[in-house]
Amino acid sequence: MAQSGAPLLEMRNISKSYFGNQVLNDVNFTLHRGEILGLVGENGAGKSTLMNILFGMDVIQQTGGFQGKMVVDGIEVHYHSSFDAIADGIGMVHQEFSLLPDFSVAENIVLNREPLFFSFASEVFGQRLNTLNRKEMDKRSKAAIDKLGFSLDAASAVGTMPVGHKQFTEIARELSKESIKILILDEPTAVLTEQEASILLKAIKGLAAEGIAVIFISHRLQEVIDVCDTVVVMRDGKIVKEEPAKGLSIKQIAHWMVGRQVDHESTHRIFDYKKSPVILSLEHLWVDMPGEVVRDVNLTVHQGEILGIGGLAGQGKLGIPNGAMGLYPAGGKVIFEGQEIELNQPKKFLDAGMAFVSEDRRGVGLLLDESLDWNISFAAMQVNGKYLKPYLWNLLQWRDEKEIKKVSNKYIDALQIKCTSSKQKAKELSGGNQQKVCCAKAFALEPRLLFVSEPTRGIDIGAKALVLQTLREYNQMSGTTIVMVSSELEELRSACDRIAIVTDGKIAGILPANAPSEEFGVLMVAGSKDEKETDA
Amino acid sequence: MKKILQFIRSFGWPRIIIGLFLLSLFVIAPFVGLSLSASLSDTITRFGMNGIMVLAMVPMIHSGCGLNFGLPLGIIAGLLGGTLAIEFNFIGPFSFFMALLFATPFALLFGYGYGKLLNRVKGGEMIIATYVGFSSVAFMCIMWLVLPYRHPTMVWGYAGKGLRTTISTEGFYWRSLSRFLEFKIGPNFSFPTGMILFFALIAFLVWAFFHTKKGTAMTAVGSNSVFARASGIDIDKMRTLSVVMSTWLAAAGILVYQQSFGFIQLYMGPFYMALPAVSAILIGGASVNKASIANVIAGTFLFQGILTMTPSVMNSMIQTDMSEVIRIVVSNGMILYALTRKAEATR
Repeated sequence: MAQSGAPLLEMRNISKSYFGNQVLNDVNFTLHRGEILGLVGENGAGKSTLMNILFGMDVIQQTGGFQGKMVVDGIEVHYHSSFDAIADGIGMVHQEFSLLPDFSVAENIVLNREPLFFSFASEVFGQRLNTLNRKEMDKRSKAAIDKLGFSLDAASAVGTMPVGHKQFTEIARELSKESIKILILDEPTAVLTEQEASILLKAIKGLAAEGIAVIFISHRLQEVIDVCDTVVVMRDGKIVKEEPAKGLSIKQIAHWMVGRQVDHESTHRIFDYKKSPVILSLEHLWVDMPGEVVRDVNLTVHQGEILGIGGLAGQGKLGIPNGAMGLYPAGGKVIFEGQEIELNQPKKFLDAGMAFVSEDRRGVGLLLDESLDWNISFAAMQVNGKYLKPYLWNLLQWRDEKEIKKVSNKYIDALQIKCTSSKQKAKELSGGNQQKVCCAKAFALEPRLLFVSEPTRGIDIGAKALVLQTLREYNQMSGTTIVMVSSELEELRSACDRIAIVTDGKIAGILPANAPSEEFGVLMVAGSKDEKETDA
Repeated sequence: MKKILQFIRSFGWPRIIIGLFLLSLFVIAPFVGLSLSASLSDTITRFGMNGIMVLAMVPMIHSGCGLNFGLPLGIIAGLLGGTLAIEFNFIGPFSFFMALLFATPFALLFGYGYGKLLNRVKGGEMIIATYVGFSSVAFMCIMWLVLPYRHPTMVWGYAGKGLRTTISTEGFYWRSLSRFLEFKIGPNFSFPTGMILFFALIAFLVWAFFHTKKGTAMTAVGSNSVFARASGIDIDKMRTLSVVMSTWLAAAGILVYQQSFGFIQLYMGPFYMALPAVSAILIGGASVNKASIANVIAGTFLFQGILTMTPSVMNSMIQTDMSEVIRIVVSNGMILYALTRKAEATR
């Protein structure tokens, strides 16, 4: 909390652009010893880029460096690689783990900084023949773990541990570096349970009390308010607010982040699905999707409704759309508008008038190396034969570039996709905008039933609200039935009419969206409820 | 100025440097006693001879099958077509089209089998393709001897059977395309209009194909095959189609080559034909999964230009006959350079 004295870190007038896109624009902030600074902002606001600059990541150098100055401890620094940053006492815990799965916790923590024994052999043949001082290794790693206040078995292999423990191992590794002055935590609580998160937050406070400055990046705003001294809000590459955390509310921060009012109250519509005909029924569907096996799903979807499918990870909810689409081996019956759809053939699924927005944006959803207009128009061109122009009395059909551009611009405007033009490549967009492109691709197909899988995974609040709103509007305007799969129950409850919970590859029960959340929780853990309820 | 910079970026520095080198060779040529017009004429002829074989790389690159190192397989289809046309004694320009016609079923058949094979080895296409090319050449070395060809211009004189290693196309389809609308400027420069037009026609057809629905699908398969599958496209079918196209283009390419060159080269003739074509398209700025017609044209011109000019200029400069040595050094050097540029992507 000590705010006195010269700042530990100062970033002055930092600017950076990628591919002609200005992602950071004249960013200034200071960090004091023992301060916890919460950095929040939408995806694509520039948080990660800012941290990459601070940590001297290669990607910054490779894309042309940055403008501005960084001052650490009163000395201007130029990091050519992360090693320089580490040497200066900066530690970073990334969103993705960088741990060796077959090594133990202790080995991971002190990796490449192991305490060593000198022996006769090493005197003669050099340092490489030093042996590890295992006792000292254990001692050091234990000390680092104790700082966290979390009980971790230093001897167990990292690969076998739950994600939360891996996260703690990562943080412990940074702490075991004696020179550490600044610790950057990128979404450290995203994979933690609530209990683990609160332990971590306590540990962070403890570290700050010892004089380590912490930069804490999180989408969970309550945590940010609870743990941080200062909150820095970024939007569109600029710092829009820098306020003491005390007394801030989530709503205020969210408002600064997106620059517009975020509607938390969802207006529940009354949709009587029983009155509308059945459009899709799944009978004894099984899907062999690794990690998301579907065993026996019976489900009916009514025309015009938004049906949510929820459940814990690995229970099989993702397998349902992937199997129905035919991307993974599947069996059973899929009946759409009275016609049985042949399984394992994506073309049949699409021809029938259904579409699927995959949860795997980069792998399945996009042509990363191609332009946005290709991404948006491709499926509709192949399935519906749209955007083709006949030449030579219909002998020859060419892509109608004009029409493609028109439709792409239409969706770019309608979904507010941030891009330089429809010719920009899909890989250059941020996650939220990529997701919107995926939606646009599906909308262009004009399906009568749309499967959407994890539409908001990895995108920020503002984009989330927009994507969900887009889906609802699309449902209302065109009457398209939507089946939405998501691991975020709150999101399903705000967008759907009723929600099916999948447990152990089966439908555990279906509840209206306004049912209390405890009931959903019961279904997720306990599994089967009354069969009658399933039919509801 | 901005326009120029933009052009340079889109064209690529490697091509500009190679282009400047080629230009310097043309500038030097008159000073070492070479005829500039003859050199230019040679370069254009070689461009026309090799253009379609370089074009044969495009479909497979688009569909994600990589560079077609199995080009000899298509060339063999072309050789079969050419020899059959002579066997049945078609003469004059008409024999070229008969050769093309005879080559087509072989190209389709070989291409289909080759495509099926490549679908089983996804990810390792290029190395498999290399050995498909090599082994088919070896197999045909046997077949050229045992196939019942009888035409006296083609078989060994003493045995009366078995094809010769080199067969003249004179009297058959020799210069049947090149001669069409050919014009001369001065004593040394002639422009093989028909051959260039034929290349332009085939290039246009390939370009047109990639603007159709199927062509778009093929490009998407190469860009992200899972995406294509999720859009209802049969990936294996698209890949097979691209291989068939490549094979047919190779067959047509070798026939164009022969009608200008004047000889059919059998046995080990096709063995090393893939590498110059691969190098040309890479030098033209293509990568393993992106290629355009512009890459083909620029690449073929630069590669063949350097290959024509360097030996003759160097030879005249140092006054010894080392042309063959220099040619080998230059062509393999260019291949080496091009293969190191494999990952470079434009477009």
